[in-house]
Amino acid sequence: MALLEVHDLVTEFPTRKGVVRAVNGVSFDVEPGEILAVVGESGSGKSVTSLSIMRLLQDPGHVAGGSITFDGKDLLAATESEMEQIRGAQISMIFQEPMTSLNPVYRVGDQIVEAIRTHSDMSKKDAWARAVEMLRVVGIPSPEERARDFPHQMSGGMRQRVMIAMALSCDPKLLIADEPTTALDVTIQAQILELIYKLRNEFNMAVLLITHDLGVVSEVADRVVVMYCGQVVEEGEKFELFEYPLHPYTLGLLRSIPRLEDEASERLYMIKGSVPNPLDMPSGCPFSDRCERVTERCRRERPELKEVPGTTRRVRCFLYDDEAEVAHAVEATEKAHVVKAKLEAEERERIERARKMSGGAEVTVEIEEEEEVR
Amino acid sequence: MLKYVLKRILLAIPVLLGVSIIVFLIMRVFSADPAPVVLGQHATEQAMEAWREANGLNDPLIVQYFNFLGGALTGNLGESYYTHTPVTQELLSRFPATIELALVAIIIASVVGVALGVLSATHKNSVIDGLSTIIALVGVSMPIFWLGVLLIIFFAGYLHVLPSSGRMDPLLQPVGGTGFYLLDTLLMGDFEAFSDAVAHITLPALALSMYSLAVITRMTRSSMLETLGEDYVRTARAKGLKKRRVDIHHALRNAMLPVTTVIGLQLGSLLGGAMLTETVFAWPGIGKFVVDSILKSDFPVVQGAVLLIGTIFIIINLVVDVIYAYLDPRISYSKEEG
Amino acid sequence: MAEATLQANEPQKQAQPDPESAPKQAEKTESLWKDVWYSLRQNIPAMVSLFVILLLAIVAIVTYFWPQVLPYDPYAQDLSASFQPPSAAHWFGTDQQGRDIFSRVLIGSQISLTVGLLSVAISLVIGVVLGAVAGYKGGIVDTIIMRIMDMMLATPSILLAIAFMAALGRGIDKAIIAIGFVSIPEYARIVRSQVLAVKQSDYVAAARVIGDSDAVIIFKHVLPNVMPSIIVRATLGISSAILDAAALGFLGLGVQPPAAEWGDMLGRGRNYIFAAPYAMIFPGLAITITVLAFNLLGDGIRDAFDPKARKR
Repeated sequence: MALLEVHDLVTEFPTRKGVVRAVNGVSFDVEPGEILAVVGESGSGKSVTSLSIMRLLQDPGHVAGGSITFDGKDLLAATESEMEQIRGAQISMIFQEPMTSLNPVYRVGDQIVEAIRTHSDMSKKDAWARAVEMLRVVGIPSPEERARDFPHQMSGGMRQRVMIAMALSCDPKLLIADEPTTALDVTIQAQILELIYKLRNEFNMAVLLITHDLGVVSEVADRVVVMYCGQVVEEGEKFELFEYPLHPYTLGLLRSIPRLEDEASERLYMIKGSVPNPLDMPSGCPFSDRCERVTERCRRERPELKEVPGTTRRVRCFLYDDEAEVAHAVEATEKAHVVKAKLEAEERERIERARKMSGGAEVTVEIEEEEEVR
Repeated sequence: MLKYVLKRILLAIPVLLGVSIIVFLIMRVFSADPAPVVLGQHATEQAMEAWREANGLNDPLIVQYFNFLGGALTGNLGESYYTHTPVTQELLSRFPATIELALVAIIIASVVGVALGVLSATHKNSVIDGLSTIIALVGVSMPIFWLGVLLIIFFAGYLHVLPSSGRMDPLLQPVGGTGFYLLDTLLMGDFEAFSDAVAHITLPALALSMYSLAVITRMTRSSMLETLGEDYVRTARAKGLKKRRVDIHHALRNAMLPVTTVIGLQLGSLLGGAMLTETVFAWPGIGKFVVDSILKSDFPVVQGAVLLIGTIFIIINLVVDVIYAYLDPRISYSKEEG
Repeated sequence: MAEATLQANEPQKQAQPDPESAPKQAEKTESLWKDVWYSLRQNIPAMVSLFVILLLAIVAIVTYFWPQVLPYDPYAQDLSASFQPPSAAHWFGTDQQGRDIFSRVLIGSQISLTVGLLSVAISLVIGVVLGAVAGYKGGIVDTIIMRIMDMMLATPSILLAIAFMAALGRGIDKAIIAIGFVSIPEYARIVRSQVLAVKQSDYVAAARVIGDSDAVIIFKHVLPNVMPSIIVRATLGISSAILDAAALGFLGLGVQPPAAEWGDMLGRGRNYIFAAPYAMIFPGLAITITVLAFNLLGDGIRDAFDPKARKR
């Protein structure tokens, strides 16, 4: 059984001009221990999805349909106090803005202690020790002293580490990370991702990673969900999806990533047009106005999310009603698996060599960060 | 932190000097000759000249200012033109009455104002929000002396439940002590006197507090709405804290920063408003005394009182700054700020 | 680690001096006022307030030029008719001297509106000039001006106004000066901080490059930008000026008898508070309604200028 099952989720925001469906029938599962990335442009509904799961939507936003099941429990039917016992203890969340996500008037240690003591009967002293330990786990140097710092005395990367320490302090089964690296410097981004990746194994938790950054996805995710206009347009195992994207939108996203190996003179690819107004959606496929392979049918009807047999994937596109396209996709998928197996073998070999060179000692990832004390 | 406080105190000194100059300029340079008012229309020119000479009004202005300043520094604010008692003594004897009134008023305004502001922010667009918006609007639009009059008409004239004037029944008045009747009567354990003092202070304190209450309600509401939208409030909810705990420990704790400043400023302006309230309720404090003295052109009294109130105002601002720094670690723990 | 985001790099747009920026700016300003007026019209309390204020202004003007429209002569004493409670003949009753309170309340609008408008005009003009000079010139000029403003702010304004009145003596002209004078610092502060912000902007730098003089820059470029905050402050300032004037009148420092002023009427009714409460209720109501109207209008204008604030 999956840890988290989101089924046909609909989240609406009534506005003066009409009801905006920020999330329109989203379904996906998160398995225990996996990292699932939800990718999409701003306005695609990915953050609203995560807030819907936490039941932390701002008024007047509300879930209008579907179901969210966590560990066998229906979250949409849970009472507010049941949710309070789940939040922070079983599902934790970290946010995009480490600069503003911590309360400026409390010491960071106290903020972690507050999380711990909300969900356990630990004494203040024990909780403080646990908070310091958590700060050490997320790689904050001299955690005993830094626990006494106020947020403004820390850099953005350090604060995001504190957020992670706080989120993991009660051993959650699921961590929702909503654009955890977007606001950070490039070098710090890599460290935070590596930290999340490492801690996922240590804490044996699943991660729902919300991002607009395919670079982030390629680093850490196991599986990927691509969202467009409040809907899932493609879902699948990361390697398959990156090697042979099925949906024209996914393809466009991948082509707009700058790559070092590309010709320097080549212009970056851009998906033409812009995201449609949520109050004025095309009657057919929401992507039809921007799609390079649009047909008459796309403008008339809305495609359903369908499994593509022979692959791990689901896609919302009429292209795959065509046998030839499916066959092509299956072939490409098989190739991708071959490439993946080869890469994995190389990786194992590299690690093996490194282990031999270091005399059999375990290779650990050292986390270093230039701390800008301000 | 200590350095910060010292810096603030040093900055306050020139402001205080400036206040003394402004007061002096208004009373001695812009104003008409007080002699005919004090001595009466029919006094001879000779008598008036002798009076001016005796009161030092013929000295060069600069000498007059330094006499005033020198006196003020040693606590000597001159003598009343009429009673010839030292102004300092007159003011100090009335001081506790005004401070007691202002303190009770600011406590009412802060407690009710913050509570209303928080409730209307957490229950936006509800009945209580509408109610507190109306209170806030009417509160800043109503002259406090008129509110005082309405309270007197209703509670004293119509219901006959509360006294309309004075600080206390003279028979119950405590002798000696601090001059703060609420405190004195309570310390003496004289509950009859205490309840009498409470009854007397209720209406004037209510009237005086209304304006500040309105301002504090409004400020708390908007500040609270702002902090409720902050990321750290969402973080606190995501930790699994109860909404009430988040509202108070996280949102209100931060919202109180600007509100503290406003409360301090209001305490200062209450001292100005006290002049009106004290006049309406015949409250024997500094305010009523100043108004009476103005009507009699008793300049040393006015001068001394304005200087005293200005000084208290500055001290309050100083204290508020320090409290603010204490509440906001971004100031007290900032490294640039020594 | 490869960094890839969905946002493709847009070619950096070169900031170029636009030769047509002046007429464009004028257009922009015009549409700003239209927008403000449009969103003000949606604000029901503000529009009702505007209506009340216009009504008061009409009453003040009409009673000034044609006092015969009043039901009674507001100054005619008739001791035999003193303290009559409200009735069909005297809607608001009569005062100690037997004067019709309704007529006096109506004619009292003249003084309150005059004091409100003129004293704000005084503090506005002086405050804007001082604030603009301080902010624009900076340095020692700034320090001196703003220190003086700080000192004035260090005393409760009503206390300062009372001290002024004590020195200057009674009279409506003096009340206007006293109230106008004590609120100079508020305007100076607002204008200074805005000028400091605007001073850094590109279009002021551009104006300086093409050789505009300081005065031209201040009046053509800086002041139009601080107008919104000034208008809001001035509208709210009128209401506090009216309150202060009423307070002075109440303390007996306002008008000379027999002039009809709301605060003065309240002050004179004080000794008869239980016998003739109506002599105090109606003038106070007039003050409250007028002040409330200016407050609501000021709030409405502020919201119209700053749509973000409206949501709060």
